[in-house]
Amino acid sequence: MAKATDVKLIDEFGRRHDGRLPEEMRPVSMRINVLDNADGSALVEFGRTRVLAAVYGPREPVQRFMILPDRALLRVRYHMAPFSTAERKSPAPSRREIELSKVIREAFEDIILVKYFPRTAIDIFIEVLQADGGTRTAAVTAASLALANAGIPMKALVAGIAVGKIEGVLVLDVDEVEDGVGEADMPVAAAPDIGKITLFQLNGVLTREEVEKGLDMALEAIKKLVELEKQTLVEEYVTTEEV
Amino acid sequence: MSLTPFRVPIVPELRKSTILSLISKGLRIEERDLYTPRLIKIETGVVERAEGSAQVQLGKTQVLVGVKVDVGTPFKDTPDEGVIAVNAEFVPIASPMFEPGPPDENAIELARVIDRSLRESNAVDRKSLVIIPGQKVWVVHVDIYVLNYDGNLFDASMLATMAALIDTRLPDYEELETGEIRLKEEKKTPLQINKIVTTVNIAKIGDYLIVDPNLDEETVADTKLIVAYDHEGNVVGIQKSGAGSMTREEILKAIDIGSKAARVYFKSLEEALGERLPVKIG
Repeated sequence: MAKATDVKLIDEFGRRHDGRLPEEMRPVSMRINVLDNADGSALVEFGRTRVLAAVYGPREPVQRFMILPDRALLRVRYHMAPFSTAERKSPAPSRREIELSKVIREAFEDIILVKYFPRTAIDIFIEVLQADGGTRTAAVTAASLALANAGIPMKALVAGIAVGKIEGVLVLDVDEVEDGVGEADMPVAAAPDIGKITLFQLNGVLTREEVEKGLDMALEAIKKLVELEKQTLVEEYVTTEEV
Repeated sequence: MSLTPFRVPIVPELRKSTILSLISKGLRIEERDLYTPRLIKIETGVVERAEGSAQVQLGKTQVLVGVKVDVGTPFKDTPDEGVIAVNAEFVPIASPMFEPGPPDENAIELARVIDRSLRESNAVDRKSLVIIPGQKVWVVHVDIYVLNYDGNLFDASMLATMAALIDTRLPDYEELETGEIRLKEEKKTPLQINKIVTTVNIAKIGDYLIVDPNLDEETVADTKLIVAYDHEGNVVGIQKSGAGSMTREEILKAIDIGSKAARVYFKSLEEALGERLPVKIG
């Protein structure tokens, strides 16, 4: 993506390039049960960022040597569609996608009750359909919903959001333009109902105080996102025929 | 695709209670306190063929870093900057757990965390790596080679990377009329280093946080937080690495603990490099 150095990212009224205030998220949309074949699925949007997650399992692992005797094995793939970015992205897994698959898996290892399903595999497949910043945190949010939709027991629901620093100001939910020129990008995923932070990264330079303030901004937003997840799940299940 | 590790050593699981009971008394296996890294040894110029190199021992963990430079083209979006590429190889000589083959997710994560910490802090001045703007720049390849794995590859690799970059000398060159760059045998221009950066690996075991986990501690740890600091005290990168989770308070405490341990690492770089250290560490 071209760097938008000509765009002023925070105007004189403290508004961002798309009109948002620093602590404002983009419009968020959540839908579950969007795919027939998957045991659970979800489509999550943060503005133009659009991420689809599908969960299969618990099921027999494809390769038997991977079987864990005391718990389920998690397999996570974060993948970007070739058409999701400004310039076509090669569909072969990049180093970035390999790393993000790892940190997203690690965001759920302590959340899913894996001990209930020994000798099985639970697969979380994530496809980024359109990327406009915040894809890994949208991916975690979508995966949390898809797991719940698949009926897989979890300690709590998880959601994610990134905090950035642009022109010296901490801002919530950075998009691609802001990420491209900003001083820092700090993605966070957490399960606020049990006080666990399950994904935490910082790309950029912040002071110790800014990390704390940014983390609190993220946790505040994640609480709202988890409430929205609960609402999404409730709405799905009260409108189905068995009610 | 990322999978739950299914080839984990069994012994440390049995030793978890020993490690935990020691930690609850503020002790570690190697007779150190919870927040002190293991013994550090840094040596530079260990591979003459490389433009820069360093070998680091952190306890029994050993990492060798070689820097090779060549002339290449800049990225389209940064025509006035050179290129730094970090790669890590967990070669099978380093541990019975390492298999030959392309870098796995752990090696990729390590390289990317180090790459980001250097990039975001602007540790190496990339603008100074330009030969002909928009056309020819220095491409600096940092290759991290793990020689012996006894936990905490992050801190050992970052120390070795920093020392090797400071050790690096760019070759002299002449510009031919055809626009080509011909490199000479002589190497004398050091890289322009703006910041000294170190990572601190803080492991969470039960309710405790410990600095620089060895392999046993790392294997039983719930999770790890790797925090990168520059020599001015800024946080220049963070990565939660590992299956578990942390609370808000644990993360903030880890950042504070880490900033003290970072000073130990800076001091060992200062001792090893002396006058060659390009910045003054306060």
